[in-house]
Amino acid sequence: MKFGVCVFPGSNCDYDTYYVLRDVVGVEVRFLDFRETKIQNIDCVVLPGGFSFGDYLRAGALASKTPIAKALMDFAQRGGFVVGICNGFQILTELHLLPGALLRNENLRFVCKDVYLRVENSSTPFTKKLEKGEVIRMPIAHGEGRFYVPGGELKRLEERGQILFRYCQEDGSITKEANPNGSVGNIAGVCNETFNVFGLMPHPERACEDLLGYYDGLLLWYSLISA
Amino acid sequence: MPVEEVYRLYGLTKQEYEGIVKRLGRKPNHVELGVLGALWSEHCSYKSSKRLLRLFPTQGEHVLQGPGENAGVVKLDDKVWLAFKIESHNHPSFIEPFHGAATGVGGIIRDVLSMGARPIALMDSLRFGLPLDPKTKHIVKGVVKGISHYGNSVGIPTVGGETFFEECYKTNPLVNAFCLGIIPAGRMFRARATKPGQLLFLMGSSTGRDGIHGAVMASGEFSEDAESKRPNVQVGDPYFEKKLIEALMRIIEEGLVVGIQDLGAAGLAGASSELANKSKMGVVLHLEKVPLREEGMNPYEILLSESQERMLLVIERDKVQRLKELAKDFHLEGEVVGEMTDDGMFRAYFHGELVAELPVSLITEEAPVYERPSREPDYIKQVRSFKEEELEQKDIKDSLLKLLSSPNVCSKEWVYSQYDYQVGTNTVLVPGGDAAVLRIKWVVSPEIKSEKLVALSCEGNGRMVFLNPYEGGKYVVAEALRNLACVGAQPLAITDCLNFGNPERPEVMWQLEMAIRGMADACKFFGVPVVSGNVSLYNETVEEKEIRNIYPTPILVAVGAIEGKRFVTHKFEEEGSMVFLIGDLKRSWSLGGSEYLKVVHGIVAGDVPAVDLKKEKLLHETLIKLIREEIILSAHDVSTGGLMIALLECLFGTGLGLELNLYTEEALDRFFFSESPTRVVVSIEKDKEELLKNHVEGVGLDWLLLGKVKGEPELIVELYEEPILKERVEDLEKLWRDPLADML
Repeated sequence: MKFGVCVFPGSNCDYDTYYVLRDVVGVEVRFLDFRETKIQNIDCVVLPGGFSFGDYLRAGALASKTPIAKALMDFAQRGGFVVGICNGFQILTELHLLPGALLRNENLRFVCKDVYLRVENSSTPFTKKLEKGEVIRMPIAHGEGRFYVPGGELKRLEERGQILFRYCQEDGSITKEANPNGSVGNIAGVCNETFNVFGLMPHPERACEDLLGYYDGLLLWYSLISA
Repeated sequence: MPVEEVYRLYGLTKQEYEGIVKRLGRKPNHVELGVLGALWSEHCSYKSSKRLLRLFPTQGEHVLQGPGENAGVVKLDDKVWLAFKIESHNHPSFIEPFHGAATGVGGIIRDVLSMGARPIALMDSLRFGLPLDPKTKHIVKGVVKGISHYGNSVGIPTVGGETFFEECYKTNPLVNAFCLGIIPAGRMFRARATKPGQLLFLMGSSTGRDGIHGAVMASGEFSEDAESKRPNVQVGDPYFEKKLIEALMRIIEEGLVVGIQDLGAAGLAGASSELANKSKMGVVLHLEKVPLREEGMNPYEILLSESQERMLLVIERDKVQRLKELAKDFHLEGEVVGEMTDDGMFRAYFHGELVAELPVSLITEEAPVYERPSREPDYIKQVRSFKEEELEQKDIKDSLLKLLSSPNVCSKEWVYSQYDYQVGTNTVLVPGGDAAVLRIKWVVSPEIKSEKLVALSCEGNGRMVFLNPYEGGKYVVAEALRNLACVGAQPLAITDCLNFGNPERPEVMWQLEMAIRGMADACKFFGVPVVSGNVSLYNETVEEKEIRNIYPTPILVAVGAIEGKRFVTHKFEEEGSMVFLIGDLKRSWSLGGSEYLKVVHGIVAGDVPAVDLKKEKLLHETLIKLIREEIILSAHDVSTGGLMIALLECLFGTGLGLELNLYTEEALDRFFFSESPTRVVVSIEKDKEELLKNHVEGVGLDWLLLGKVKGEPELIVELYEEPILKERVEDLEKLWRDPLADML
């Protein structure tokens, strides 16, 4: 499986994602410049975290108007895999490749900490190496991560199984305390209707090495490469 | 102001002005006065401290670049060099907390960048007044938000730091920012041109009217109109800084640059004259070439603007084309603004007209150096007259609970959780411990990798330095290096930022001199050089009739290396492990300068417990050995709050408990809350007890068995087998975890 990591001016998890894919997961990966108009010979595009174009105007808004974003629409429609992490998730909602929007955190502060996530659907290409109900640990680092969709839409997402992860306690219970940013339904990661585009606020690329104190992120990458 | 005193507007004194007129043989014009005023300011010229800074040891086996450049550089191993520096941004952070702190971060990143290094870690050391009144809360929130805004966006993790609250910083907060960068061995850059005719390429943001005369502002004391100085504060844009970093890394990779100088204090005037001075050349600037963001800027404003996110590159003529392409590619401004000459003169033209002409050496090397009078302050005798024996005995439990929730002891998670401390995926130990630990890697060309880990610790107990600047200076160095030893790191070098009051007061000069002597003696003893740093004076506020100087506050960052990825954290690891105190224990323990005295008795007094440097060094060596040989499971030094607080910090977040069985003749308040140095709490597996004792006794240090780690999450303290304290860890942890968030 061949990966591409998009680089926008202001991306800052691009190198981390590239490193994890190349050196830890051990797959082929290259950078994709935001000015590229075609995505070829790539199976999965990762939109990394960061502050694309300074996140001016609104997080992800400017990145969604670039040539690569246009190419990404085609790529996704053709069934290519797309993963958006943090700022990448924000870009995907701006592109309407994913439902909902990501608003300022409820407490209006940037938050960097570990969170627990409960797996809500393990029958997707992004989660097949996980069990439904399983609890994993990953770090978050964002100021605009409060996922929001209106009530009716939320219900449809739940029915179709598009919610992949919710913030939870260590024991898997979904509580207000476990929700770091005020996301509706404690939602941390969602998928599109055709299960080839996935966005999440936590950082799986930061959670793949014992030395750094994490390994659960690997399960996401391993799911994808066995897809 | 009479016309003949116009020099005062530029921050110059009468004598300085007269010296300039004599040297030039004429009166300097407005632009020249602006340049000289900025470059001769305390902030740029170190005129009050230069003489004393020479006391620091600056050489050592690892040192590749000592003080005098934009950052110090040491060798980590055969493939990786480390560039680092700490710098203050105190005055701007009081006037405009958010932008003041944000640009402090931006500035230190560019210092490290100008050595050709890729910046990979930030730390911040902060001092505020007590977070009780609305104004102080506004400063605290603004500073933290500014650091968070800039550091997070620019994509460099803020991996550690420290935050203290004390009345003396109420109107004079301290914001010291540190940055560490990595250089592939042998590829260091300096602020140098190699021959006349080389061009100066200004790259980054456009130039506006922000921050004009910031250096002069930072070199004066505050009066009640401090906030009217807001236009002196620069505004930062981390997005431009991020693009600047990536662009410069590419430029270096393509071999397009000869020398690099960042634009900081005194803007283009400062950067170009310092570059010329270090290159022993002259420089010509064409100010109309500078890309501007505002219309109608005059030469004075262009020369002295402190607009952020700009770098000055020394390049050969045939590289202009490619550099312009790259600047465009990275969405940056890039223009040739001048060239190096061979006549030692600084000349600035504006549309062909000569607007400033000064000898480079007059601007830089000939800046005045002052030997200011120094006198022991009266308060010293008063604080020393304190008698610990006469202290009223307080209930131990009450004292402990008060201390736990004191802002200087309680958890700083409210601060560091607003910083992205993991971007870059190099952060091995996250904030909250004795030292930050980093893995060293970079993944794109030039790929960098080290088998060693790097540890960073940040210290600066201003209260101790206030009580006894000489012993306090030693104390601070000892603590910074002890923190490195607690994670198993051998020190490589130190960078320091000296935050003091008004040097024109002899009492402040005395503090400065004694603190530097104490620090320098300790650094020499430990064999650890000081390779970079900064001095921030005039941290004084004049309010009605009250003159308030901050505590003398030297802040150090010690950088160390860990071999074989063997390190420990401060947290207890497992049930059943034995808890020991090791170090210099047979001395008398003192409450001088402790947080306990301040919080429980409301007193700042006593003398600083003198560090026995020999024992301190032995303790560090022993700890590193115990960690490398995997004998101990955890290590944590006894500092703010004393032994009891240290023990609880080892416990919090582990879900474990602790049983202490004490046998001591010492008064309990002293035993629990003394901040005497050279003591570390370690935990070990039961069967390694003898091994530990042998190691410790073998080098002539002392050990004391305190108790053991329990599975049940409670704290039990027994004295001669009589229970004196029993608490649920959860209750104590809540008292410690929440205060900052509640206050702010």
